[in-house]
Amino acid sequence: MLTYIAQQMVNGFVLGSMYALLALGMTVVYGILRLVNFAHGGLVTIGAFIFFYALSVLKINFALTLVLAVLSGACLGFLLDFVAYRKLRGGPEVALLITSLGVYIFIENITKLLASPQPYAFRPPPLFLQRFTFKGIIFSNTDIFIVIAAVVIMVTFAVFVKRTKLGIAMRATAERIETARLMGINTNKVIVTAFVLGSAIATITGFMWGAKYGQISYDMGFMAGVKAFVATVIGGVGSIPGAMVGGFLLGFAEILLVGALPAGFAEYRDAFVFTILLIVLLLRPTGLMGRKEAL
Amino acid sequence: MNTNFLFKHLKFLATATICYGLLLLANYTLDRYTLYIIALIGIYAIATSSLNLTNGYTGLFSLGHAGFMAIGAYVSTLLTFPVRLRIAYNLPLLPRFLGGPEFQWPFLPALIMGGLMAAIGALLVGIPVLRLRGHYLSVASLGFMVIVTTLAKGLKDITRGAAGIQAIPHYANLWWIYGWLIITVYVIWRLLDSSYGRAMLAIRESEIAAQAQGINVTYYKITAFVTSAFFAGVAGGLYAHFARSIRPYEFSFSMTFYVVIMLIIGGSGTLLGPIIGATTITALKYALKPIEEGLKIYGLVEVIYAILLIVVMLWWPQGIAGGITFLKVLLLKRKKGGEENVRISAGKADGA
Repeated sequence: MLTYIAQQMVNGFVLGSMYALLALGMTVVYGILRLVNFAHGGLVTIGAFIFFYALSVLKINFALTLVLAVLSGACLGFLLDFVAYRKLRGGPEVALLITSLGVYIFIENITKLLASPQPYAFRPPPLFLQRFTFKGIIFSNTDIFIVIAAVVIMVTFAVFVKRTKLGIAMRATAERIETARLMGINTNKVIVTAFVLGSAIATITGFMWGAKYGQISYDMGFMAGVKAFVATVIGGVGSIPGAMVGGFLLGFAEILLVGALPAGFAEYRDAFVFTILLIVLLLRPTGLMGRKEAL
Repeated sequence: MNTNFLFKHLKFLATATICYGLLLLANYTLDRYTLYIIALIGIYAIATSSLNLTNGYTGLFSLGHAGFMAIGAYVSTLLTFPVRLRIAYNLPLLPRFLGGPEFQWPFLPALIMGGLMAAIGALLVGIPVLRLRGHYLSVASLGFMVIVTTLAKGLKDITRGAAGIQAIPHYANLWWIYGWLIITVYVIWRLLDSSYGRAMLAIRESEIAAQAQGINVTYYKITAFVTSAFFAGVAGGLYAHFARSIRPYEFSFSMTFYVVIMLIIGGSGTLLGPIIGATTITALKYALKPIEEGLKIYGLVEVIYAILLIVVMLWWPQGIAGGITFLKVLLLKRKKGGEENVRISAGKADGA
């Protein structure tokens, strides 16, 4: 019984790391533009497929693939901002939301068109598949990779935001974009940086998702993106530490609900996530660490 | 009852009559496939018009429309499903308070019940979410849709799960569908012409300013959302009794996306926009379908839609209906040289 609980905790921690990473990329953009970036989920799909083609089809080694995927994620983030979002800046917020929805549908269906409507089996390098048993708790190298990579990325990001000039500019822009501009901050540069970083992180998460579930498909990014937003809401929208905490909490909550309830309830997993969202919005709309948002 | 009121109603009645006359003509001249598409256009037009009430007029961006349609479809189907077939299909018989096991609901009350259930669903999501800013509504309503489809998949004893329900009685024909479209447009039109509509438009323009005017913002937002959900439920019920089979995945994100894109392309915030959008997008879909299937490139239609959506959002957020208004004003201007008109209507169409 104790092993079972510990096992579920480990599972929750791994899932939480992925959600936290997703939420991180989401909240950076949301904090500045007030945009629920649906395209973020699309980049998760693209990331997963880049890894799939590079590793399984082209047989490139993992380190090179990682660099390649991060770079292409960054480029896509830049492109996305340049093509779809830049023109709408300063306009109604809902216009951005609709456009990001359009971008997501575009990514989803272009993947469907170029790859296939069927899901692919995702095989990470053999090293990742190695399993360990520690006092009855089973975990694999994939899990270790997910947790370590997530922690490294989050710490790096936190340092970047706290210490570097661009990071401080980013926080200032998130605080209030007009004032930041008046202070001489190049807000355009900040926004591009947010998209580039968020997208690069999303592609890595795509690999994690594929390696963890062993399967990738053209529509995998939808749930990933929406759950990322749920995680940011739980943690407090626009707050970076909040996004991480929210991601971990959501991961734990999901695993615990599935683990604690009888087996027949497993298929309601996604419904649980949104029920949590509705409850959080009802009881504490600012999330755990968020500030009260002005109307 | 002033003459203006009467005149407007006569105009509406005349339009509705012409619409029905055209349908009658179509019914006798066109082939079955085209009529099928025309009926689908009507159903989508109801769904899009109702979405217009929240997304276009009140400035709430709901993404859960497919969820409300699913509720309407399932509730009305479960009420009208023939008693004989229930046993064969492993569907539950109606409990006593809904008429007992031997009872089968007539179509109209079943449709309305479906709409009401969707409205109750909207109330449940709306109360926590509509107190907050718009973004929360988009994601929460999307979440509601996921909850609904998950339940439709999971509650196998009631909904037959992922297999869906087939052999639904074919009640919804052209007349039912377009009758409901006229009712929907009428209700939305009258609502907009009342103090409710003015409050909603005020909320769309600026929530803070509306609140300062003494408008109970949450109340009007919830009213718009619930009314919209009711008609979405009716559209869902009509869809079920027209297509004659429903599956949970039909009411997923792609359905919401279709309705949203119809609204945006047609022109949100106008009465005619949703109808134009539903017609254009559905016609485009059936025109492109042979190409997609011939070339075996699945996803082509959606890619084109997505590009259209992005292009419209970036360069022409007023949509087709906004374009028509613009042209009208342009022609008027040439006639009268009324510079003022152009500015007014350009500002009006801006609220995408």
